[in-house]
Amino acid sequence: MKNQPALYLEADCVSPDAFAGKTAAQIAELCVYEGNVTSTLGKYFDVTGSAGTTAADTKIVVKGDVKKVKYLGMKMSAGEMVIEGNADMYVGAWMTGGKILAKGSVDAFAATAMKGGELIIEGNAGNYLGAAYRGDWRGMSGGKISVKGNAGSDIGMYMLGGEIIINGNVDVHVATHAEGGKVVIKGDAKSKVGGQMVEGDIYIFGSIDIMMPGFKPAGEVELEVEGTKGKFAHFIGDMGERHKKKKGQVIYANLYKKI
Amino acid sequence: MSEYVIKNGHVFDPVQGIKGDKADVAIKDGKIVEKAGSGAKVIDAKGMTVMAGAVEIHAHIAGPKVNLGRIYRPEDKLFTCTPTKGMERMGSGNSIPSTFKTGYEYAKMGYTTCMEAAMPPMFSRHVHEEIRDTPIIDEGAFPVFGNNWFVMEYLKNYEVENTAAYIAWMLRATKGYAVKVVNPGGTEAWAWGLNCLTVNDPVPYFDITPAEIVKGLIEANEYLGLPHSMHIHPNNLGNPGCYETTLDTLKLAEGMKANNKFGRESVMHLTHTQFHSYGGTNWGDFESKAKEVTDYVNKNKNITIDTGNVTLDETTTMTADGPFEHHLTGLNHLKWANVDVELETAAGVVPYIYSPNISVCAIQWAIGLEIPLMMKDPMRCYITTDHPNAGPFTRYPRIFKWLMSTKAREEQINAFKHRDKVLAQTSIGSLDREISLYELVQMTRAGPAKSLGLGNMCGGLKPGMDADVAIYNFNPEKPVANPDDIEKAFTRCAFTFKSGVEVVRNGEIVSTGHKRTLWVNAKVKDNPQVVRDINEKFLKYYSMTQANYESLGHHFVPNPFAIEVDAT
Repeated sequence: MKNQPALYLEADCVSPDAFAGKTAAQIAELCVYEGNVTSTLGKYFDVTGSAGTTAADTKIVVKGDVKKVKYLGMKMSAGEMVIEGNADMYVGAWMTGGKILAKGSVDAFAATAMKGGELIIEGNAGNYLGAAYRGDWRGMSGGKISVKGNAGSDIGMYMLGGEIIINGNVDVHVATHAEGGKVVIKGDAKSKVGGQMVEGDIYIFGSIDIMMPGFKPAGEVELEVEGTKGKFAHFIGDMGERHKKKKGQVIYANLYKKI
Repeated sequence: MSEYVIKNGHVFDPVQGIKGDKADVAIKDGKIVEKAGSGAKVIDAKGMTVMAGAVEIHAHIAGPKVNLGRIYRPEDKLFTCTPTKGMERMGSGNSIPSTFKTGYEYAKMGYTTCMEAAMPPMFSRHVHEEIRDTPIIDEGAFPVFGNNWFVMEYLKNYEVENTAAYIAWMLRATKGYAVKVVNPGGTEAWAWGLNCLTVNDPVPYFDITPAEIVKGLIEANEYLGLPHSMHIHPNNLGNPGCYETTLDTLKLAEGMKANNKFGRESVMHLTHTQFHSYGGTNWGDFESKAKEVTDYVNKNKNITIDTGNVTLDETTTMTADGPFEHHLTGLNHLKWANVDVELETAAGVVPYIYSPNISVCAIQWAIGLEIPLMMKDPMRCYITTDHPNAGPFTRYPRIFKWLMSTKAREEQINAFKHRDKVLAQTSIGSLDREISLYELVQMTRAGPAKSLGLGNMCGGLKPGMDADVAIYNFNPEKPVANPDDIEKAFTRCAFTFKSGVEVVRNGEIVSTGHKRTLWVNAKVKDNPQVVRDINEKFLKYYSMTQANYESLGHHFVPNPFAIEVDAT
């Protein structure tokens, strides 16, 4: 980064797919948007090196303070990206493959509607991590998100598949309305965990301040989750929501809370 | 430049019986004229098709339930936004485009007059604000009457003259165009969580049946001599077996004659007929009854219909059939919005995905095409999608392709996951009729204009008519190599003229013209009873005052075009 935007930068062109097959000079000419002004990537970033011939052979390292740069890695399908500083919203949104390593923290809406690939966040994640796009009922359906720090509220909203692993704590609303997928929270959760969940699995190692009333105790199980073995209290729900039947058996969402 | 001459094009005009001859079309001061002056700008339409601007008889494009759809579906706008460019303001939305985008998209396809299908009278101001912000196209809006407290009380006592006076008042107060009826009685029953699924189910409290409401409104409509007929969305929409309710509804028009000075010959317009042509008893044995319905309409010439074609897209359903939307959200579990409009109507909104992999959706697609293919008179059958309910209006060119090419239909049928079931439960596989270009023009221009009572004004290219002209890059003398070429040609006009102003050139907007709001001003004898009833209901029941009800003035209707009717 060489020039900070006065507003925010929408830089969805920063992805292996957009860079593939281009020289540094061509990459510097790619469009970015600051408010209603269309500009070029080169106005804000020094671009050095060269991209691979395909997205899969392309690795991007984003250096500098990008806390006002949005949509980094949006829609990427292959290749690698490393973001050294803290990033703004929508990191890896709609990604279908490839790997993003965010060494700092990311703001809200990271990995919106993710279909595949891997997103690793070494700092904290903001709200709506791996959630559906606003208003949509089709959320994350594949891929893996790992957060070393904490995450915000509304993670995995309308999740259909894939995995979200949070090392730290989360804010309210976990996997709201989910129909599949796996969420592991090694720290503590607050409230509204699994609200309106149809199907899917949530594992919480730490505490839950307030349980959803629609989750019914279903015994205890011994499990190994993300390398940790232990006894978990098993709850099924959300009882207030519709559920499918498979071979005559109703399929519930599962909430496992480590004892 | 107010004078143009369009030369060398292949002209299709059912009003003058021109079936593709090479002819010149001259425009002066907003009207079609016999001959061009020497100063006329020449538009070379060699190898192109020239027809009047199309007329949309039924679409949900302006008003509170449309906007509710926009507000509650941000995902309908995802990746669809277009920035400001040239003459165009920014636009957004796929199944529910923003108002500006709506005007541009219709004009680019050659549509020049569009009717908003259902206006909740209390919210006419909102409807008109959106109509005002929809560029280029002339628009009118149909206030809904079929669940209106005044109408039900008057018709319970057979008071047709009072009903007519009320309708006249309502059209003036809301700047409305026609008498629209949606799920008669059933939407009022919905206020009690109930519905009317047959024409004989009595409405709670009002104790009147849908049949009585519909017959009474047809009589009131003809008493007034309005330009359009009563326009109805019948009871029992969308349910397997509903075709019986549809036939019962159509039969209500038997023996009724049109009375008007506008050339209209129909007394009933049955809308989005596809949704009302279902047989079977459940979603498993769901089948088409398009033949039964079109047989009746073919024989009874005082009825017009529009198709309501399913386009196999993700779209948004929105209707004043409140109980139906509750039923739909129960089926697909998608977000549901529900509104009651005191004394008048209700509305519901639910997203819907018509997937080609679901047999019911594929059968619906087939029914939507069977109907126009089985209708003998293209002047009485019009192409719509009940936008956005069965699909976005931007898909009209694709529907034209399916109608004009059996090859295109076969390709779609072969792509269905449940192809065999579609062929077994409908007759689509055995219909080899291909709608001709002339018939298409009847179904999208002259026919709807005539039904709306606008046959002297638009839908044709006769001198004296409005200069609404659409010119397509489609050569009717060349055999169609690929049916997709039909869709491509009708998606973007080479030129569109609206009231003599060039608004589209090479598929781009070059001017936004001066759109008009069409409404009907019906004069009736003074009726102190109705005036008193209106005052009383505003005092006793409405939560707003009468002074705040009307759509009056430049803010709401900046360019009104009143069609005068004398029913004194």
